[in-house]
Amino acid sequence: MDILNALVAFLNFVFIPAAAYGAQLALGALGVTLIYGILRFSNFAHGDTMAFGTAITILVTWGLQALGISLGPLPTALLALPVGIAATALLVLATDRAVYRFYRVQKAAPIILVMASVGVMFLMNGLTRLLIGVDEQRFADGERFVINVRDFKAMTGLAEGLALKTTQLLTLVIAILVVWALFWFLNRTKSGKAMRAYSDNEDLALLSGIDPEKVVRLTWIIAAALATIAGVLYGLDKAFKPFNYFQILLPIFAAAIVGGLGNPLGAIAGGFVVAFSEVAITYPWLKIAGYLFPGWQPDGLLQLLGTEYKFAVSFVILIVVLLFKPTGLFRGKSV
Amino acid sequence: MKKFLLATAAGALLAGAASAEDIKLGISLGFTGPLESMAPAMAKGAEMAMQEVNDSGLLMDGTTVVAVQGDSTCADAAAATATVERLITAEGVKGIVGGMCSGETIASLENVAKANGIVMISPSATSPALTTIEDNGLFFRTSPSDARQGEVMADIVLEKGINSVAVTYTNNDYGKGLADSFQAAFEEKGGNVTVNSAHDDGKADYSAEVAALAAAGGDALVVAGYVDQGGSGVVRAALDTGAFETFVFPDGMVGNAVVENFGDEIEGSFGQNPAAEGEGRETYLKMAEEAGFDGSGAFSAEAYDAAALILLAMAAADSSDPAVYKDKVMDVANEPGEKIMPGQLAKALEIINGGGDVDYVGAAAVELVEPGETAGTFREVSFEGGEMKVIGYR
Repeated sequence: MDILNALVAFLNFVFIPAAAYGAQLALGALGVTLIYGILRFSNFAHGDTMAFGTAITILVTWGLQALGISLGPLPTALLALPVGIAATALLVLATDRAVYRFYRVQKAAPIILVMASVGVMFLMNGLTRLLIGVDEQRFADGERFVINVRDFKAMTGLAEGLALKTTQLLTLVIAILVVWALFWFLNRTKSGKAMRAYSDNEDLALLSGIDPEKVVRLTWIIAAALATIAGVLYGLDKAFKPFNYFQILLPIFAAAIVGGLGNPLGAIAGGFVVAFSEVAITYPWLKIAGYLFPGWQPDGLLQLLGTEYKFAVSFVILIVVLLFKPTGLFRGKSV
Repeated sequence: MKKFLLATAAGALLAGAASAEDIKLGISLGFTGPLESMAPAMAKGAEMAMQEVNDSGLLMDGTTVVAVQGDSTCADAAAATATVERLITAEGVKGIVGGMCSGETIASLENVAKANGIVMISPSATSPALTTIEDNGLFFRTSPSDARQGEVMADIVLEKGINSVAVTYTNNDYGKGLADSFQAAFEEKGGNVTVNSAHDDGKADYSAEVAALAAAGGDALVVAGYVDQGGSGVVRAALDTGAFETFVFPDGMVGNAVVENFGDEIEGSFGQNPAAEGEGRETYLKMAEEAGFDGSGAFSAEAYDAAALILLAMAAADSSDPAVYKDKVMDVANEPGEKIMPGQLAKALEIINGGGDVDYVGAAAVELVEPGETAGTFREVSFEGGEMKVIGYR
């Protein structure tokens, strides 16, 4: 029984939250890595692209709710998501036309594009705040739990409870579907192959008749879709606040770099590595240790780092990876 | 058009003439920030006291009082300091109802109010640090220190038969002061605090903080935070993961917002906030209802009292100079004298103008002890069936 209790406590406080958070980071990192692989710069505006897409989705969700449309047990935001993606795609295509294309034509150094993306970041930052304000918004509706603690305890008779939120399950399912669709697209379709060819060797791709502008457009549209989906899932699971989407940029970059920038598989692995490290390092293992080793009574909480230092974990991972394996776990491009 | 211009010019002249005799009082509260849902009812309370005095026309031969609002943000000490600076230097206020939160109040008192010799009466800053602060006799508060709230809360928790609790506090002067005073009182009375840890406001997700609290264990969770901020986030995460089912809410969390956020999910939770029982409070609630706002909000009654105290002290000193009337605040608040309830400010002014003494009781049973703060009565509430119920006063 004690081992089961330890397992349930681990699932409830470590595994489920970290898995959902990891999936959100992975989707965000996929967008960053895609842009790095094909357009060859680190897009600092990605966090705010997520925020913009989520803000539009929330506005449409409110509209749908006002009309009385809902998805039953699922959040209404899922219905609004395509509109959010479309609006975000239009916005990033417009920024590409207005900002990035100018530098691309000049074949500017990547660092210039990165700095331009910092400017775009601040613009989008302001745009989102004008659109929806700075306050926290909660827009999850429908059924809150797939399994809630009270039912689980009554069902199993265990001392520990297990909660699985609808949004957590939804995050994992959607992340798997999106990743599957992305890999199918990149590996099986003509446009996907064109994107990979362009990523491998720009000039060679040009010679084989691939239209670079079309590849760039496709990349932005896919990145916008990934960003919006990641942002909406994060907002549904936690809460939407523009400032938090700016902060989440750090773990997303850590994830992309740990996995290897430019490598989609790496971005997914990186997302989960960062999420599980953040949660596991700040989690006090006292309770679980108590179930596993009943005779042992340690003084402290068996917590490696206080929860205030959660963001420091991504920093440390980032530094360690850059020092010892600059290409990341999955052999991306060197940073 | 010409007539219109003339009329406007005349109007401006008249207004100018009238305002020459006005006294300005500042209201420095956190209209934005972690307690923004409480601030409007507090400001209305303070303004109601000023209106009452204006209507009577008895303050220093018919001087009128004008309220000037400033946003102290509650959380940002620099912004609060700038706001109070503006109120004093640009608006020329003669006294301030505020600040709202402890850290911000300490900063604006030390940096601006003390330097300019302006009286501040805070309705809601409750940090124990404000008891011992060097204030030149300029600072008062109509709410009790958290040292007292910590003791009251410890008593309530123990009486519910709960001997072991986890404590989380918002990472600032208010939260830390309250959490520490509670822990000291609770342990002295034989209870056990399993963990006393901070949470930061404004995060998207508090599951990590709650996981730490849950690992330490305890039969209830004391949330010394803000209802519009991390406090609610912590409660949400604790409910979602099933870490805690019973919560203890001190003053920053007791409000209708907590009922709106959680409804019957917090069944059996309880808390307390400084609020007085009795005639004064009843009267105040009625007055507030007539004026069109909810007087039962936390610290609304205290704000009314803070404004009333400043005005009565001015009347007693027959001067709006803070350096003069600051010595009269304790006199009008305490015995001897005729007891003054809310709505009786006109009567109080008559007595003072006739040379008599008043003992201001007001909406929150004001009884100031040295160095100028309320001894404190607390309202005990519990949450049952999705509603907040008042259990009693202590």
